[in-house]
Amino acid sequence: MRVYLFVTCLVDTFFPGVGEGMVKVLDRLGVDVEFPRAQTCCGQPAFNSGYREDARAVAGRFISVFGNALKESRDEETYIVCPSGSCATMLKVYYKELLANYPEQLDKLETITKRTYEFSEFLINVTKTADVGARYDGIVTYHDSCHLLRELGIKDEPRRLIEAVRGLEFREMEMHDACCGFGGTFSIKFPRVSVSMLDEKIDCIVGSGADTVVSSDMGCLMNIGGALSRRNIPVKVMHIAELLAQTGSERG
Amino acid sequence: MGYERINFEADSARAVDDEKLKRALVNVTNRFRSARNKASSEVPGWDELRALGREIKKETIENLDRYLLMLEENVKKAGGHVHWAGDGEEACAIIIEIARKNNVKSVVKSKSMATEEVELNTALEAAGIRAVETDLGEYIIQLAGEHPSHIIAPAVHKTKDDISRLFSEKLGIPYLSEPEELTKVARERMRSEFLNAGMGISGANFAVAETGTIVIVENEGNARLTTTVPRIHVALAGIEKIIPRYNDLSLFLTLLARSATGQKSSTYVSFITGPRRKTDKDGPEEFHLVLLDNGRSGILANEQTRESLYCIRCGACLNNCPVYRKVGGHSYGWVYSGPIGAIINPQLLGIDKAPELPFASSLCGACRDVCPVKIDFPRVLLELRHEVKESKAEKGKGLELFIERLSFRLWRTIVTHEKLYGAISSLMYHLQTPFRGKGGSLGSLPYPLSRWTQDRDFPAIAGTPFRERWKKLKREIGQGGRNRNL
Ligand code: SF4
Repeated sequence: MRVYLFVTCLVDTFFPGVGEGMVKVLDRLGVDVEFPRAQTCCGQPAFNSGYREDARAVAGRFISVFGNALKESRDEETYIVCPSGSCATMLKVYYKELLANYPEQLDKLETITKRTYEFSEFLINVTKTADVGARYDGIVTYHDSCHLLRELGIKDEPRRLIEAVRGLEFREMEMHDACCGFGGTFSIKFPRVSVSMLDEKIDCIVGSGADTVVSSDMGCLMNIGGALSRRNIPVKVMHIAELLAQTGSERG
Repeated sequence: MGYERINFEADSARAVDDEKLKRALVNVTNRFRSARNKASSEVPGWDELRALGREIKKETIENLDRYLLMLEENVKKAGGHVHWAGDGEEACAIIIEIARKNNVKSVVKSKSMATEEVELNTALEAAGIRAVETDLGEYIIQLAGEHPSHIIAPAVHKTKDDISRLFSEKLGIPYLSEPEELTKVARERMRSEFLNAGMGISGANFAVAETGTIVIVENEGNARLTTTVPRIHVALAGIEKIIPRYNDLSLFLTLLARSATGQKSSTYVSFITGPRRKTDKDGPEEFHLVLLDNGRSGILANEQTRESLYCIRCGACLNNCPVYRKVGGHSYGWVYSGPIGAIINPQLLGIDKAPELPFASSLCGACRDVCPVKIDFPRVLLELRHEVKESKAEKGKGLELFIERLSFRLWRTIVTHEKLYGAISSLMYHLQTPFRGKGGSLGSLPYPLSRWTQDRDFPAIAGTPFRERWKKLKREIGQGGRNRNL
């Protein structure tokens, strides 16, 4: 089984540890991991801001980079895996919208999207593994990223993965499926509203008694983490790939 | 009508600071939401019912011309009159004309978003006709001279104390603290209004094409009085209120009641087909249906956003919206608020009047989960965002818009050239040094990111991005074989 990582621009630039986490976990499961180096962004920021022409240029490039990668692979079981429900949504749901009048692109898109998975979805539904051999001594709560939950319908997969981690106690927070207020450019277009949504999320996280908050999107986590650190709240922020990469030897 | 451009950013920023409003909104949205969740989970196949509701609405809207003519014909057959209003002014003029012809000096009104939309009360007043709202929530905001802040609970932004003060001030009565006492006062006032009114004005929740029947749901009984006691009944309905068959009502009444308030059925459901018949004991002598376009045919013409017209105004999307929960209804600048307001206000008023609203959403999709006709809000919002950028809607924002456009163009150039992308991220890594705060993250950044860092830290760009770590990583996993503990 072979996986082409689409790490997303956010992870590449700001949170490379998340990409490393994916690599470690996938390698542990015996998956052959590759990283098409020409990748950058999926185009979502422009698409969500209404700049479709710019988004289309970026999407076209994504399709050619990953289309070529897939062509190269001789492995029947070849996939594209990405650590973000939001970017996976862009590829699987909104590329169709964006490229509606470009039939040529749509054809190529077909082959890509049917092989594209978000990380936790991939582990549970393709590799059929909930226990990836991780160990983490901590109390963990999970924030549902909106796109993963409501566009892709993935709710149980990350929870099954988290609960299979040794040494970990899972605590569901109140309003776990409420938006954290990130919303991409929404967070800087309407910062006051965004932060007031975030306030409620932070209260729920703290209220759960967890020492670590996990999610499947660095967008949400940079928002949540940004408030936790500004307010000196000692709750750790972790992407699910980082959590699953833990072996218990990291601490001390 | 002369609406100023809606200013969501300023209004919402004010709203999130209002502690009283914050509490009121949390209370009401929690209450409605849990009632709706419970009521919908009790019905087996709820999602299939929603899908069916959507199907029927879709078919209706796509054949609206045919159904509207059918409705007109059947209302007339039942002895009613039908009027067509192209816009709000026309609707008001038609209603005022009916009142004048019949020498009507005062009217009672039941709750209707359409009459709010066309600002009927203001128009009636200007024509010297006294109008009194008889729904308690509407009565409160009429006294206060405000607009509704929720589709089904117009006065949710007011606390009990606000209302006690308002009543005492406007009605010249002592301060009453008990809701029952306040309700009693309002009821007594309304009773005489009902008896004196020459005309009752209502909205319509549904208009059945096949039979010419207008359906009104409510919980206070005031709409039933409004539509039966005065000599004339005028109903104002948006053209999208139509449903094809009488048999469809059981589905839509279920969807509406359970989604709106979590009730199995609304307390009063009135079916009105024409004026009083000879055999009827009561009812108005004249019945008029005013069908309102006011921008709706424009939505109909737009294939991408047409589903905005499926809405049955249940308010569930508001109650489930994390943005509405923080900013309340008035931030949306017009009668419709929450997710449905964010998509129809710009379409009904003109996109240049409300170019911010399609952006006033985090695209979380919680609205779509509960909408009884499954409106795909994120998709419609994204479409409208595109239309805003393609149009001249934001022309007032000259420089800001220019910078935004330029930034996206620049970004596009960067992310479509891998080498450039790598070079820029390395450059940014070095440029960020002076902004580094505790723990390495960035505590204060220049505009526009200052809008982030005001209340949140911003992550720092990594010294070695993933792409630069990959080679080494690949070697490690390549050497060690499978199932190692990395
Ligand atoms: S858009 Fe849907 S959820 Fe919102 S008010 Fe209309 S019918 Fe109800």
